[in-house]
Amino acid sequence: MHIPDGYLGPVTCAAGYAVMAPVWAIAANRVKKTLEAKQVPLLAIGAAFSFVIMMFNIPIPGGTTGHAVGAVLVAILLGPWAATIAVTVSLAIQALLFGDGGITAFGANCFNMAFVLPFVGYGVYLLISGKSEITSFRRVVAAGIAGYVGLVVSAFAASIEFGIQPLLHHTAEGQALYCPYGLNFTIPAMVGSHAIGFGWVELIVTAFVVKFLQKQEPDLLRPTLLQPVVKEATK
Amino acid sequence: MGIGVGILAVLSPIGLIFPALFKAGSAWGEWGSAEIKNMLGYIPNGLGKLASLWTAILPDYSFAGWEEKGLGSRSLAYIISAVVGIALCVGLGWLLGKILAKKN
Repeated sequence: MHIPDGYLGPVTCAAGYAVMAPVWAIAANRVKKTLEAKQVPLLAIGAAFSFVIMMFNIPIPGGTTGHAVGAVLVAILLGPWAATIAVTVSLAIQALLFGDGGITAFGANCFNMAFVLPFVGYGVYLLISGKSEITSFRRVVAAGIAGYVGLVVSAFAASIEFGIQPLLHHTAEGQALYCPYGLNFTIPAMVGSHAIGFGWVELIVTAFVVKFLQKQEPDLLRPTLLQPVVKEATK
Repeated sequence: MGIGVGILAVLSPIGLIFPALFKAGSAWGEWGSAEIKNMLGYIPNGLGKLASLWTAILPDYSFAGWEEKGLGSRSLAYIISAVVGIALCVGLGWLLGKILAKKN
């Protein structure tokens, strides 16, 4: 899902940065208000976890590969805004050092994996876990489904960005200038591969770590972070 | 949790070897210019211009020119990439966290 340079035209690249600029600003602001000093190591490890989990490429039938992102787990532990920061850090290192994901497409990649993914996933997690006990099995299920849905929706976002390129940019003869495939091709390819394959990896990783933390460090799963935000929002 | 990330770094070559065993290609939409040419018969003009915009220090989690090396060498490069990437993520994440976090 790391869109390289050259696949998105200038309009989509600019839109990616334009949407992410205020998101990054709000995320920084929220984290400033909610992140406790003792949670700083967790934010750093969250970024590192997201980085390394993305290196686990899984092949699926059809000759393509993909991976989990780990963003929903970070959102469950630190809240979605902190997850935006953590995954942005990881995506920046990937793009700059390893050429994984483009520089021009960085805004769009962050939109998909550092914004859509943690927020959709976190919403699903809250919805399914409800007021259940921190150590309940329902939370494990909620975390898994949240990871799956988050990743598939984020792949859908990427497929739209890819798929609108032939509409936005082509030569007079109809040759593509950037991503050559339209929506009828990109949506089944991206959403399909993530729904059949990689979404399940995100599901297993997210559910497994939540299950593990329920036993080892249940305090990490308490959504204390969100309380100030909720209080503020309900004022 | 830090230990978990360390274990993942050591295990990371799974993400290299597993796709290689199944002869899987690039991720969808992440093809190089040569692959695109094979698929379409041409390289879209804008794509060709932008594709080489950035030269990464450790391209594709390996060393430049190591593409044809064996899986063993590439696995080593992959683990080194994981360690470097994790260290930088922890460093940058920590720095941002320190700047942003409540002072208490």
